[in-house]
Amino acid sequence: MLELMANLELGFSVALSPSTLMLAMIGCVLGTIIGALPGLGPSNGVAILIPLSFSLGLDATAALVLMTAVYYGAMYGGRISSILLNIPGDEPAMMTTLDGYPMAKQGRAGDALVLSGVASFVGALLSTLGLMLLAPILAKIAFLFGPAEYFALYLLAFCTLGGIGSNNQAKAVVAVCLGLGIAMVGVDSSTGLTRFTGGNLHLFDGIDFLVAIVGLFAVSEVFIFIESHGRDSSIGVKLEKITIPIKQIVDTRWTMLRSSAIGFVAGVLPGAGASLGSFLAYMAEKSIAKDKTSFGTGEPRGVAAPEAGNNAAAGGALVPMLTLGVPGSGTTAVLLALLMTLNITPGPLLFTERPEVVWGLIASLLIANVVLLILNVPLVKIFSRVLQVPAAILLPGVTMISFVGIYSLSGSYFDLLLMIGFGALGYFLRKMSIPTVPVILGILLGGNMEVSLRRAMILSDGDWSYLFSSTIAICLWLAAFAGFIAPLFLRRFLSVSIAQEKQDK
Amino acid sequence: MSDRLTGLIIIVVALAFFAGATQLEAPFFADPLGPKAFPMMIASVALIAGMVMVIRPDEPPQWPALATIARLGLATVILVFYAYSLKPFGFLLSTAVAAASLSYQINPHAIRSILTGIGLSVGLFFIFKFALGLSLFAFPRGFLG
Repeated sequence: MLELMANLELGFSVALSPSTLMLAMIGCVLGTIIGALPGLGPSNGVAILIPLSFSLGLDATAALVLMTAVYYGAMYGGRISSILLNIPGDEPAMMTTLDGYPMAKQGRAGDALVLSGVASFVGALLSTLGLMLLAPILAKIAFLFGPAEYFALYLLAFCTLGGIGSNNQAKAVVAVCLGLGIAMVGVDSSTGLTRFTGGNLHLFDGIDFLVAIVGLFAVSEVFIFIESHGRDSSIGVKLEKITIPIKQIVDTRWTMLRSSAIGFVAGVLPGAGASLGSFLAYMAEKSIAKDKTSFGTGEPRGVAAPEAGNNAAAGGALVPMLTLGVPGSGTTAVLLALLMTLNITPGPLLFTERPEVVWGLIASLLIANVVLLILNVPLVKIFSRVLQVPAAILLPGVTMISFVGIYSLSGSYFDLLLMIGFGALGYFLRKMSIPTVPVILGILLGGNMEVSLRRAMILSDGDWSYLFSSTIAICLWLAAFAGFIAPLFLRRFLSVSIAQEKQDK
Repeated sequence: MSDRLTGLIIIVVALAFFAGATQLEAPFFADPLGPKAFPMMIASVALIAGMVMVIRPDEPPQWPALATIARLGLATVILVFYAYSLKPFGFLLSTAVAAASLSYQINPHAIRSILTGIGLSVGLFFIFKFALGLSLFAFPRGFLG
């Protein structure tokens, strides 16, 4: 406890410096706007901003604070378009449309926005506290991890992501392999051999994951919008004056607490992430409610639960990302890319060697939460204006920002062409419902996964049974197996209930 | 059908990747596993997944009409041109043209698209140049000194 206090003090001494505080505020505002814009979610929002944050020349802590503030902000902002337009700003905000939009149609848009803002705050705050308590413990356990354990851990992340995050395991596996394969391009670090470059000099350093991320997430969005041709631009609900629905907030207090707990656990699981958090939170609330029929027709609990759930999952997903270097979601994968580009290796050593980064980040998250509550409750009306930005202006803008961002990183035409290529690939994958997040995770973790496998083989002199030689490793293998197989059986149940939700609406 | 075709492509790519991995010549001082094994494992897993896609395809996605595919192709061409035009033509001109034509692809309204292009190009230039301090060339070099 004393240690925690000392750490927090260190954290706040970093976070309360005027420049860091300023960055956290800017991040919150940008994040809320990005989250609210239909079609821009946390992962592509953070992705297009990363190259720009480098050109600002920020140090590691500052860049991380800015980007996680954007991340948290986008999680808050995602609900605005869910509630007012019935278009989720990103996947985790999807469950919020179920009850949020009906509430808005009944003229209670203000109530829904305030309630979901408060629920977001509760979820994010509790999960930041959870992060504070759980991360140091997990970091200590992570010291016991050798190469065999890390290999099993990466496998676990891919298996749960493939199992839970997708409707078709084979397609998720394809996505993971695609990412891992791309990670193999370039010079092999331990032998100096060039692999899969086809003799192209530009590829000797490998494919920059930022190029892949911006292409797959941001540029592919432009193609999707060109295809839909503004078909999705539905007319939103008007936002009248806003009052604080105190009674509803008090009534849903247990819902918020339960959903935060569920969301946090879902977030900590590597590969599961915020979508699962909000989905489970909503389903749990619905299954314990006495009057189930009110869900889907504008039930306040149905707004509070997914919002608390997905914001709690956002915090939870930072736990495996910081302590083990294994992200729990698409956005934390993007944040991991940021860390790696800043030459910070996440993992247990980060907590002992760079405590100012970890605790500065945690303290900034606490501050960012308060700022976000202010931005998202009294000032929500201002942010709801950004919904009126038409796609014909927004999407070209996103493209131009992506181009300049990538161009400012390397100044090479080749990277820009590669980015366009990834954009086209992303469009194709999305049409084929092959998930893109595993591709990113594969590119990010592929190198490390191979290195840990080869190190394990060096240690054991080529004996494969070494991979199963510790209890931790065996547990991870079993969890990976279960994470991949279990959804096959659960899916029938889940897909039926999602289909029902949609019909009920 | 789409799934079957994609599965086939994946099988071909996986085989090519596998073949590429076998061609790698590991130096004799390499670690027990060497640089070949992991890529070969990836290719094998991808091969199996591709076969599953061929054997058990999902419902095909709704592919856009031919005209839309043409628009998507055009958008790709615009982006490639934009990538190549940034340096020789300067930021302002190339961005205005690219943004206007992209905007037109999303919402075919000529005047609005042109205004969007000019607005984005000037607005973003000021943000990038003065708020973020990127070194961008506003105009073609040699033009206006």
